[in-house]
Amino acid sequence: MKHTLSVLVENKPGVLARVAELFARRGFNIDSLAVGTTEKPEVSRMTIVVDVAEHSLEQVRKQLHKLINVIEIVDLDPETSVARELVLTKIKVSPENRSEVIEIVDIFRGNIVDVSRESIIVEVTGSSQKLQAFEDLVRPYGIKELVRTGKVALPRGK
Amino acid sequence: MRLKMTGAQALVRSLEEEGVEIIFGIPGGVLLPVFDVLYESPIRKVLTRHEQGAAHAADGYARATGRVGVCMATSGPGATNLVTGIANAYMDSVPLVAITGQVATNLIGTDAFQEADTTGITMPIVKHNYLVKNPADIPDVVQEAFYIARTGRPGPVLIDLPVDVSRGELEYHRRDHPVLPGYKPTLKGHKKQIRMAARAILEARNPVIYAGGGVITSGASPELRRLAEENGIHVTHTLMGKGAFPETHPLSMGMLGMHGTRCANYAMCETDLIIAVGARFDDRITGKLSEFAPKARIIHIDVDPAEIGKNVRAHIPIVGDAKQILKDLNAAIREMRNEVATPDRSQWNAMIEDWKRKYPLTYDRDGGLKPQYVVERIYALTKGEAIICTEVGQNQMWAAQYYKMDKPRRFISSGGLGTMGFGLPAAIGAQLGRPRDLVFDIAGDGSVQMTIQELATAVLEGTPVKIAILNNGYLGMVRQWQQLFYNRKYSCSCLERERTPDFVLLAEAYGAKGIRIKEPEEVDRAILEAMEAPCPVVLDFWVDPEENVYPMVAPGAPLYDMIGDMLYPVEKIHPEKAEEPFL
Ligand SMILES: Cc1ncc(C[n+]2csc(CCOP(=O)(O)OP(=O)(O)O)c2C)c(N)n1
Ligand SMILES: [Mg+2]
Repeated sequence: MKHTLSVLVENKPGVLARVAELFARRGFNIDSLAVGTTEKPEVSRMTIVVDVAEHSLEQVRKQLHKLINVIEIVDLDPETSVARELVLTKIKVSPENRSEVIEIVDIFRGNIVDVSRESIIVEVTGSSQKLQAFEDLVRPYGIKELVRTGKVALPRGK
Repeated sequence: MRLKMTGAQALVRSLEEEGVEIIFGIPGGVLLPVFDVLYESPIRKVLTRHEQGAAHAADGYARATGRVGVCMATSGPGATNLVTGIANAYMDSVPLVAITGQVATNLIGTDAFQEADTTGITMPIVKHNYLVKNPADIPDVVQEAFYIARTGRPGPVLIDLPVDVSRGELEYHRRDHPVLPGYKPTLKGHKKQIRMAARAILEARNPVIYAGGGVITSGASPELRRLAEENGIHVTHTLMGKGAFPETHPLSMGMLGMHGTRCANYAMCETDLIIAVGARFDDRITGKLSEFAPKARIIHIDVDPAEIGKNVRAHIPIVGDAKQILKDLNAAIREMRNEVATPDRSQWNAMIEDWKRKYPLTYDRDGGLKPQYVVERIYALTKGEAIICTEVGQNQMWAAQYYKMDKPRRFISSGGLGTMGFGLPAAIGAQLGRPRDLVFDIAGDGSVQMTIQELATAVLEGTPVKIAILNNGYLGMVRQWQQLFYNRKYSCSCLERERTPDFVLLAEAYGAKGIRIKEPEEVDRAILEAMEAPCPVVLDFWVDPEENVYPMVAPGAPLYDMIGDMLYPVEKIHPEKAEEPFL
């Protein structure tokens, strides 16, 4: 079962290493991890997607909490939070199929951020499912390179 | 007024402000600025002969006194030599502050001479660590380190100090309180949970108390005793919990687990309510997890929320400080006693008494000098009042089985990590922390050789520790497992005591006293002689080489399945297989 944890940490050197080491040592699987600044310069937010059973999720949270630099952990419920991910995809194109690919990009409200003779780089944001659907659709044209940022998320409202 | 000083001065000043009275360590290049300042400080410096010895000595000091132990080592090899000691303290939740020198900040990451990534290496074995990059941070870092080490679930904290930071300048300023937004240990137990626990205890028919090291850490022995006595509940303890509840008390069932008493282990199999206090359901305690305490509901009291539900499901978890929670729990029970009917426990208590009577810890007294006999005599002659450190292996288990502890902080043993070589340096640390107490290290011939060089420290520091080596000529616990589970193939477990070393000569070489004992008749005189000697004494007891520790739960076996002569009828654990219902 996948869970999205939003973890507020002190913005100090080595915090990412501590979190990564903890996951490795305790045998927890990370699906994705995104770190960035927040509205407060002294605090960073890590959005961690873990794939664990309910019982181990409790352990993940509790063990994370034991890290001195971890301030707060929220287990984000997909119903009451928004989550986005960004993907950059370098797609092989030819003069014949170029417009076909662009049509797909448009449907996904993607942006073409780089163009060359044989390929284009497309930026798409959205839910993980949307990115997956996009990837599946353009795969037949040939994906030369792809990178996903990992999910970032915030709770709704309040 | 803010004083200008160097980083090294700020470090020492901060240590003094924390009330540090003793530091164990070894200097080296990048620590010279610090040792230069320490020279003038009233803090006692104990120069050990190996950094592992420094860490274990600080650990033994911390366990014996309840204060934070401090050790120091230089960068690179000094720091890596500390690692075993830090891991040991981590596993047993001992408050320790380790200070390591580091190469200058501009050299970090260049594979400089004696550079090691100390904070990286120790990350999984510390409660927290710091790499200090700015001299001005030193006072805060030291204050935080001590606060983190001793509060909540205690543990080791490491401070890595680059040499240029020690030499750099700052204006000294100490905060009133450490600022740690992510660290707020829960101390007071949840009221509703405590009331639920009180009700469960009153309603239980076959309750047991399972006491761990957390009881000792939190100083909760009096409250635990009240809980047991006011409710007539029997108590079993872990290796770490030895001394948490008086072992000579009629309600004590002794230690449980792999080498626990049959009584304690059988009680775990039959109990309907386990009251776990400051214990973590380690595999050496539970045996086969799926068959552990099949009939029991569990109240789990622990200061570390991550321990709750980690290995077993807790029906009533209570997070907080054991002393505080037990106080509240005792009050809640007293308040509710008239509302809640308690079932008749006479059958349960009779059964426990019956187990105790039928299955005492015993050994075959014939056939020369028995290690158990040696421990029994140390117990008798020290009147149960000594501080007992142990090494690891059979010696450790015999010490736990035959030296009954009635008071906390007197049994000092490497529980979680099982570190051979812990006992001797820990004994030195304990002796320095408790100068008036008699300190023994009950040792194995294998373990003691891992840190034997600390005899020099003991001699020079004037710590008259008594090292009682149960010399069986083997890595005895390894040999026992090979005998039982590997067809008696004694692969690399024989130490050939006839050939090496001569522990008496070795003791004398270090300036300590050495006595060899080969006959039971000589035991008492030797122990008494050691107790009277004002110096460290090595007692080399040549014990029966092939004696085993019993009873024993084989690794991975359920608790009722104990190796030894008297077997517990399986149908009592699986009543569906029995003709007559049990209880
Ligand atoms: C540092 C370390 N290395 C190896 C082991 C594995 N080990 C556990 S008990 C033991 C034998 C200990 O021998 P000794 O000190 O003579 O004690 P005995 O069991 O004979 O009483 C060994 C090798 C350990 N616990 N620690
Ligand atoms: Mg031995």
